[in-house]
Amino acid sequence: MEQTKYLIAGSSHAALSALNSIRMLDTDGSLTLITKDERLPYSPTVLPYIVSGQSKPEKVQLRDDEFFAKNKVNFVSGAGLSALDANNNKVTLQNGQEWQYEKLLLATGASPAIPPVPGLSDTTYHVLRTMDDAVDLNSALSSAKTAVVLGGGLIGMHAAENLIKAGIQVTIVEMRPQVLPGYFDQQAAKIIEQTFADNGVAMRIGDTVIGAARDGNGSKVSLDSGDEISADLLLVCTGVAPSIDYLEGSPVETDQGILVDDCMATNVANIWAAGDVAQALNFYNGEKSLGGILPAAVEQGRIAGMAMIDDPAINPYPGGVPLNTYGFFGNQAVSVGVSDESALPDGTEVSLTVNDDEMFYQKILIGDGHLLGISGINTDFDPGVMWQLVLLRTDLSDVKDEFLNNPANTGRDLMSRIWR
Amino acid sequence: MGIGHNTIAFHQDKCDGCGDCMTVCAETKSGTENVVHSRIKIVPSVAANDSFELAMCRQCGDPKCVLNCPSGSLTKDHETGLVPWDADLCVDCLLCTVGCAYGGITYNAAEGHVMKCDMCDGDPACVKSCPTGALEFNNSAEIYNKYGELEDLFVPGLAACQGCNSELLIRHTMRKLGSNVVVATPPGCIAGMGTVGYNGTTGSKFPVMHPLLTNTASMLAGAKRYYNRIGRDVTMVALAGDGGTVDVGFQSLSGAAERGEQMLFICVDNEGYMNTGMQRSGSTSFGSWTSTTPVGDELQGKTQDAKNMPVIMMMHNCEYVATASLAFMDDYYEKLQKAEDAAKRGLAYLHVYSPCPTGWRFPSASTNEVCRKAIETNFATLWDYTPDRGLSFTRSPDNPLPVEEYLNLSGKYRHLDDKQLEHIQNHVDRKVAFLNGFMQASGGGEAESGSQSATV
Repeated sequence: MEQTKYLIAGSSHAALSALNSIRMLDTDGSLTLITKDERLPYSPTVLPYIVSGQSKPEKVQLRDDEFFAKNKVNFVSGAGLSALDANNNKVTLQNGQEWQYEKLLLATGASPAIPPVPGLSDTTYHVLRTMDDAVDLNSALSSAKTAVVLGGGLIGMHAAENLIKAGIQVTIVEMRPQVLPGYFDQQAAKIIEQTFADNGVAMRIGDTVIGAARDGNGSKVSLDSGDEISADLLLVCTGVAPSIDYLEGSPVETDQGILVDDCMATNVANIWAAGDVAQALNFYNGEKSLGGILPAAVEQGRIAGMAMIDDPAINPYPGGVPLNTYGFFGNQAVSVGVSDESALPDGTEVSLTVNDDEMFYQKILIGDGHLLGISGINTDFDPGVMWQLVLLRTDLSDVKDEFLNNPANTGRDLMSRIWR
Repeated sequence: MGIGHNTIAFHQDKCDGCGDCMTVCAETKSGTENVVHSRIKIVPSVAANDSFELAMCRQCGDPKCVLNCPSGSLTKDHETGLVPWDADLCVDCLLCTVGCAYGGITYNAAEGHVMKCDMCDGDPACVKSCPTGALEFNNSAEIYNKYGELEDLFVPGLAACQGCNSELLIRHTMRKLGSNVVVATPPGCIAGMGTVGYNGTTGSKFPVMHPLLTNTASMLAGAKRYYNRIGRDVTMVALAGDGGTVDVGFQSLSGAAERGEQMLFICVDNEGYMNTGMQRSGSTSFGSWTSTTPVGDELQGKTQDAKNMPVIMMMHNCEYVATASLAFMDDYYEKLQKAEDAAKRGLAYLHVYSPCPTGWRFPSASTNEVCRKAIETNFATLWDYTPDRGLSFTRSPDNPLPVEEYLNLSGKYRHLDDKQLEHIQNHVDRKVAFLNGFMQASGGGEAESGSQSATV
């Protein structure tokens, strides 16, 4: 059986961020990174850019062998976890290898959640979560003329744009009443949807796929509205679910994901979890929810690593905040915190600035003098500064007019005065 | 030894919001004067009129933008200290702008890419464009890197007190001056801590002698004349305390200065005879507790002001006279270089304010802070003088902190009453007024390449 002091399962942002924290204080303790992928670490976030051909798989490696050698990291690829024996501090890999750890970080990420659509499993469909998925989809572009994308989330929208730019006729089907829910309100989503429609994408918002079947070399989907759409290429982007199969029979507590405390510790000693696999504190409601975004993975990984190394400088996780940056057809949409006031208490102040001619949209939500969220299209505020203002619950009462008028400069002013 | 990195420092009190830095940055980096292209952002403060704040990349040691980058286009270069951005690898996802809490990497809509400061290959255009000195390229790290490579000419384990400023000073000084020297360390802490050696061994790796307290300058003058006669270019250096300079050592120094003897005389001023039990000297400041100016029913510390020794030396028309503090290390190194050059022509005198944790009663970890506050309150000022150029401040004495912020750091001033505080503040103000007046009278002014940064 192999032995290691620190075992990190996973090799994306949460894992690499934890590695960074650990090596800050312990430069020599044996550290092993295991991943189911055959490749050097990469980010799922970059995959749409591989599909579009804007980047190449060999260009987007986050770390290389030289880094691992220099940081004394034992990088084991091509073997994910298959079982955890928490009583004996031991894991089994899919290739049968056994590893004993002193401290274990589960950063195994998430996998595509496939909706229970009748007939879907008999068709050939694409997903977009791994580099192989991206390479497959990229090579399928050349032979496809039509495509259906299930799901109007970030990955689906991103992929749809790539497809239409590749000359493929695309339909997006989203069952919810808007695209990108959770990051943008309906009005902003409308602007994004309209841009897609203007660029030739058929938008089926609020419609549900009720059946799927093979159709020649392609697929055919039937919609709740009664329509049937045939396409050479079917892409399923209906969200992801934490990869936790290997925990079956283990004492590690899970709900939708692995439940962690505010230092990313699971209920089992010597085991932490971070990133898309973890169900951690939500900043707004104090409950535990899935994060599923890159900046949260980085933060959680950083804190988990610090906890694993007993770093005295550790601060508990303040809770997840929705964060996104989304580029579409040359526009940039950015979202920090709450974007939809409908669930917020009365008295929440909503400041909305819209300029259709310039494709400008900005919404600021302030409650109790604090910034709750800011989102928009083609805005110029610094998302990282806004994130801190939300987390610090900075009192904006004295600067509210200036902030609403110019969040970019006022945010920089506040940053420079409060936490520079 | 680790590598230090240069940084761009922002002196907010000097920024008038003119925006030249942004225009020049946009021009340099994007070829247009439109400030939306600027990597440095000066914003008006909502909190105070005519006050400005700064947002720019800090080249973080553990940068979050790098951890948030999904395409490997941002990295941390531990050699240069920079966080370079590779446009070729970037996929324009903007997640770095979410990771950065300082507004240091921002989206440039006009170019369709993020942009950030790259410090212009070590010669930042914004700093050169700043008309008020609010932006400063702080290269103290370069000094540490450069001199850290040189050999420390003192042995490890000198017997100085913990937190001793003099030990720091002599190690830096001799690293810079090298071993082609004859060093005189008269009685005092520097000799006492073992630099001249004991038990038949030496504490330094250069020729060092231990003159009397009275004759340091005359011994060096004689030695220098001998070396000149045999045709060897050797630098004479005195590392003396304030007793060996201001009091007991004064007549020989004054004579050497008047005759223009070639030497570099460094006075390490800790305001008293600290090595022999903290007796007062002519350099002890008003109100100070010492073992011979005690605090009790009759006396509340010293009742006289200190001699203004650097001004006295200036009046000798020395080749070079300067004051220095180790909290301003780049300033010290510049003056050391000028003094070394001047010592080939005549007498160069450096007066270094050197707080003493043991004798002044402050924690040994506070030495640098005491050094810094002495300067920031104008208790001591940084200037230099040459006969042809006159006197110039190398750090502006304008807008000082109240002198109490300095006095409160040391136990030797703990007993001061309001009257004594007022006396000290007046004395400090008068000294600065005199220097300002002398500066104008002597035709001095801005230093050639002054430095105004404090080391942290």
